[in-house]
Amino acid sequence: MYKILKKRKLNPVTHLFVVHAPLVARRAEPGQFVILRVRPEGERIPLTICDYDRSEGTITIVAQEVGKTTRLLGRLEEGDSLVDFVGPLGKPAPLPDEGHVVAIGGGIGAAPVYPKVRAMHERGVRVTGIIGARTAELLILEEEMAAVCDRLFVATDDGTKGYHGFVTGVLERLLREEAEDIDEVLAVGPMVMMRAVADMTRPYGIRTMISVDPIMVDGTGMCGACRLTVGGKTRFACVDGPTFDAHEVDFEEAIRRSRMYVEEQQLALHTCSCGGDEGCR
Amino acid sequence: MPVRGTRVPMPEQDPAERIHNFDEVPFGYSPEQAVEEASRCLSCKKPACESGCPVEVRIRDMIGLIRERRFADAYFLVKETNSLPAICGRVCPQEEQCEKYCIMGKKHEPIAIGRLERFVADFALREGLREDFTPGDRQGWVAVVGSGPAGLTAAGDLRRLGYEVTVFEALHAPGGVLIYGIPEFRLPKRVVAAEIETLRDMGVEIRTNVVVGKTVTVDELLGDLGYDAVFLGTGAGLPNFLGIPGENLNGVYSANEFLTRVNLMRAYLFPEWDTPIKPRRRVAVLGGGNVAMDAARCARRLRGVESSTIVYRRSRKEMPARVEEIHHAEEEGIRFELLTNPVRILDDGQGWVAGMECIRMELGEPDASGRRRPIPIPGSEFVIECDTVVVAIGTTPNPLIAQTTPGLEVNRWGCVVAEPGTGQTSREGVFAGGDVVTGAATVILAMGAGKQAAVAIDRYIQEKRKKGAR
Repeated sequence: MYKILKKRKLNPVTHLFVVHAPLVARRAEPGQFVILRVRPEGERIPLTICDYDRSEGTITIVAQEVGKTTRLLGRLEEGDSLVDFVGPLGKPAPLPDEGHVVAIGGGIGAAPVYPKVRAMHERGVRVTGIIGARTAELLILEEEMAAVCDRLFVATDDGTKGYHGFVTGVLERLLREEAEDIDEVLAVGPMVMMRAVADMTRPYGIRTMISVDPIMVDGTGMCGACRLTVGGKTRFACVDGPTFDAHEVDFEEAIRRSRMYVEEQQLALHTCSCGGDEGCR
Repeated sequence: MPVRGTRVPMPEQDPAERIHNFDEVPFGYSPEQAVEEASRCLSCKKPACESGCPVEVRIRDMIGLIRERRFADAYFLVKETNSLPAICGRVCPQEEQCEKYCIMGKKHEPIAIGRLERFVADFALREGLREDFTPGDRQGWVAVVGSGPAGLTAAGDLRRLGYEVTVFEALHAPGGVLIYGIPEFRLPKRVVAAEIETLRDMGVEIRTNVVVGKTVTVDELLGDLGYDAVFLGTGAGLPNFLGIPGENLNGVYSANEFLTRVNLMRAYLFPEWDTPIKPRRRVAVLGGGNVAMDAARCARRLRGVESSTIVYRRSRKEMPARVEEIHHAEEEGIRFELLTNPVRILDDGQGWVAGMECIRMELGEPDASGRRRPIPIPGSEFVIECDTVVVAIGTTPNPLIAQTTPGLEVNRWGCVVAEPGTGQTSREGVFAGGDVVTGAATVILAMGAGKQAAVAIDRYIQEKRKKGAR
């Protein structure tokens, strides 16, 4: 069992958990992920490692409530335990040692971007951060990002904070004004956002890395559920990724595959009897 | 009274009924049936059957004890050499092993050794029989990587030799292919769990959720973590795909994914259990091995599925699946499209499978495997109607450990190179056995390799100790 030592509400549907998992913390690197289960009948879901503390033996994860498992996770409190927690899985993100990187976290994507930004910041890389959400209330990790970015832009779809529009709007302006000063773009967020980022940087020839979050079962290369096409070749996100060159990714296929179980996800929520305040609906 | 020439039949679930559930198909022998079958045995002076058993079960004496109704004694006798008799009794291809050499089989049907082994193991599990095991003096520490048949066998045997054994498993439950691959109706999970429990009773430690190569490395196991030797029984877990157009469409599964969802994650109980599966109405399974049969039979049992079809490029004669599995599949209404090879998987326009274009094959000269090579018949293309495709054309070892263990030699198929008979790899103190060495094979061959490696590991540690003492 893996005990939750700390829980923090980041927005009404997103929580941060600090989990006791010393074996995972020992070797965790930015860009890697864990797979967890919340109950004996539960599914295995991948979540990016948002932070780790080797001396305390802890892993920090951030989960937004979208399906049944993340809802159940959101109901767990400090002192509760996860039944399974395995990692670190995937390859560490290949991060630059110098230069200027624009790091974009769309929505919950700020969580996986954060440890990479911090690692780059510690290596002396100049980082411009862009985080965004639908509305100001949903923004996460703004303070944490501000502490490790040389400058941080905030975007909200409704204009309640920062730039009025998508994170890609801020990126577009940066590319227009200072493209020659940008060595790399790193983006994590919804697939459609990452595709928009890739399309935007392609004409400039700026190396653009994304971190994908496909459907997985085992997370160790066994099932192939997470496969996607990168540079014309089939890759498994769990062992070959989850970080890939955005200009090589077949986004259309990846988006389609990510929607394979949308109906089942709804069914699971509707039939859930976990006893939450408003049911799982 | 003349000895009966035919075996005592095994009662089993009616096909019309069993395609609606995941309960075990054969019910197993009653004590009376077991005794009757056992009394067919000629008790050969030189039991040929035993030469066919990779884990050296003392078959003749086991059968003799059953005949005397000494079922518990029969169980303990089997357990001396085989840690997993309830599993072997169900999934071993006995017709290729012990039963193949049975003298009775020359004129009549061979003794149903597998069924008798299952009977004594089930008897022990039902009666809650516990072996009286006291470990001898501690001989050292061994790390076993992977809790499938090879790893569990090595762990059990090493424990008997006096070692402290830790088994590391990447998934959340131990058993490897026994729980993620082989379906409930062929090998109930409670049987696997119960046999693993007997190893725990002996003092074998099992640690789930540890991916060796990620969570810890082999070098760490041999270094800081202080193990004297490591046994790699990590299996062949990486699925092969065909590389034909349409393979990444929604609705195309590797057999590993399909079976893992159904078996390990119990997707057939969705939404009570949380993992979904999505075969729609017509499932096509590519391949002719036991895994293909398992996938097709699982699909047949899932709600909403109307047809389940095996698509195989050679003829029935070349099918690598066990005769019994093919027979069970046929009884359950699985369709067979033989001498048929897929060309591409068709898109319904929304990114989902809409059918599979195939080509008919004919058999030519034998190839390297000794089987006749299938050759496409030009112009014979046709479409198989299906909306779900399961690719069951084989697996190769997962490269995670090889990539993170410097000096560990693998061949061009990614299999760990190990000395036959001992499992010694190119790295000192590292042994390997089972599918990770041979590529996908059978449970019992993996167990045999685990057994041999246990002997070799013991010898290695004892010799090292002697040198150290000098």
